[in-house]
Amino acid sequence: MNILVEYGDVLARGFLRTIELFLLAAAASLVLGTILATLRVSPVPALRAVGAGYVTLLRNTPLTLIFFFFVFAYPKLELIQFPFFTAAVIALTIYTSAFVCEVLRAGINTVPVGQAEAARSIGLGFAQSLTNVILPQAVRAVVPPLVSVLIALLKNTTVAAGFSVAEVGSVIPFLNEQGEPTLNAFVWIAIGFLILVIPLTLIQRSFEKRWSVAR
Amino acid sequence: MRAKKLRLVTVLAASLALALTGCGREGGPSGGEPQVQQNVAQNVQVQGSPTFDRMKQKGRVTIGVKEDQPGLGFRDPVTNQYSGFDIEIARLIAAQLGFDPNTQIDYKPIPSTAREQAISTGEVDYYVGTYTINDKRKEQISFAGPYFMAGQDLLVRADNTDITGKDSLKGKKVCSATGSTPIQRVKQDQLTEPQNIVEFQRYSECVQQLLDRQIDAVTTDDAILKGYAAQDPDKLKVVGKTFSEEPYGVGLAHDDTALRNKINDVLEQSATNGEWKRVYDATLGKSGTSAEPPKVDRY
Repeated sequence: MNILVEYGDVLARGFLRTIELFLLAAAASLVLGTILATLRVSPVPALRAVGAGYVTLLRNTPLTLIFFFFVFAYPKLELIQFPFFTAAVIALTIYTSAFVCEVLRAGINTVPVGQAEAARSIGLGFAQSLTNVILPQAVRAVVPPLVSVLIALLKNTTVAAGFSVAEVGSVIPFLNEQGEPTLNAFVWIAIGFLILVIPLTLIQRSFEKRWSVAR
Repeated sequence: MRAKKLRLVTVLAASLALALTGCGREGGPSGGEPQVQQNVAQNVQVQGSPTFDRMKQKGRVTIGVKEDQPGLGFRDPVTNQYSGFDIEIARLIAAQLGFDPNTQIDYKPIPSTAREQAISTGEVDYYVGTYTINDKRKEQISFAGPYFMAGQDLLVRADNTDITGKDSLKGKKVCSATGSTPIQRVKQDQLTEPQNIVEFQRYSECVQQLLDRQIDAVTTDDAILKGYAAQDPDKLKVVGKTFSEEPYGVGLAHDDTALRNKINDVLEQSATNGEWKRVYDATLGKSGTSAEPPKVDRY
């Protein structure tokens, strides 16, 4: 308990940074993931290949390695330089979007083929049938796995601690250097994550109930 | 088509592997530094030490060490040999406790954050690895020593002339290990601006960034920095103006006063009979700096 009193500000700052990272990366990877899913179901083989290639590469690369690339290799290319926080958001986004893409694609597969055929038969193009008919149904079907992907993203933000982003993952070595028992710090951080994850789970439940598609 | 795809995957995998090994560029003294020969003490008794009893029963001693600090505690990734000043001190203590340092030691690399845990659960018998003695830590574990007096210093590129000490860091990018005491001191004393503070998991990553000109200085204990400077003397140098005192101690179980006294005896003896000097000269002393054994603190 005295950790909370003595280092409350450090913990609070760490969690604030974690939430920032999470919200930015979540928003960006939902957008990028949707674009990728569109690529993967598009009628153009080249686009499908690009989407599949991206997902295969990024989903099979450890997140730490992606971080490593942006912090240690990317600067050597001498392109646009960006701060570590931006690098962390980019790394988390390109990693998570591969998972978002696959979840969405799974959702698209749950929409009966008849829906797409019906859309085409009333004269809708690929883009129109996707945005008006298929995606709305697909998104509803994938709320639970999508939230799971987001929860995983939330926890993955702790990887950024090793790459100069002072989120909550960096609090553990900090407290340890202050001579506090590591276990106590772990307990408080675990509780903090619970507090962050529970609302996500509640949102998941309520969306699941309100949005379920009757088929 | 199939073969092409396979080739692409192979190339990607190979470049990933390269990226992985490339990062561990620390390399280090290949083949290990010369190990100082130790005479194994016979019929050693440590009355009332549960740790010693456990060691005797196993017939081996398990020592917690660092594996990523050249010159102090370093594991050669190829030969699995440990080398460095801390390792030699650990061997010296083992020999004086009656264990053959060449055959009866199990080294266990333990990162800083897990040290107290490893000592109090008995995962290691004692720990020798740039472990700064402080009062807060004494609440969880005990310290013998100090066996070395380090101090916070700065590592810069050899061609750097404008960083001369801690007060010349304003506007410079300074790197150290995540959450470590040295970087906390930089923050507290506002030696540089908050946006110029860089923290990585390992010092070797900071050194990499220093060589790549992404940062301007690495800060931590001079002993650690000397190890890196000695590896790359053409490109790196230690500024040489310490601004803290870091007494390195041997970490051991909290209530084991008997073993603590014994290790303190060993350290004192090695200071007077020249053993300590031999160990230092064979390891850190190679960086060209001299040092004296500190006075043991029997608290």
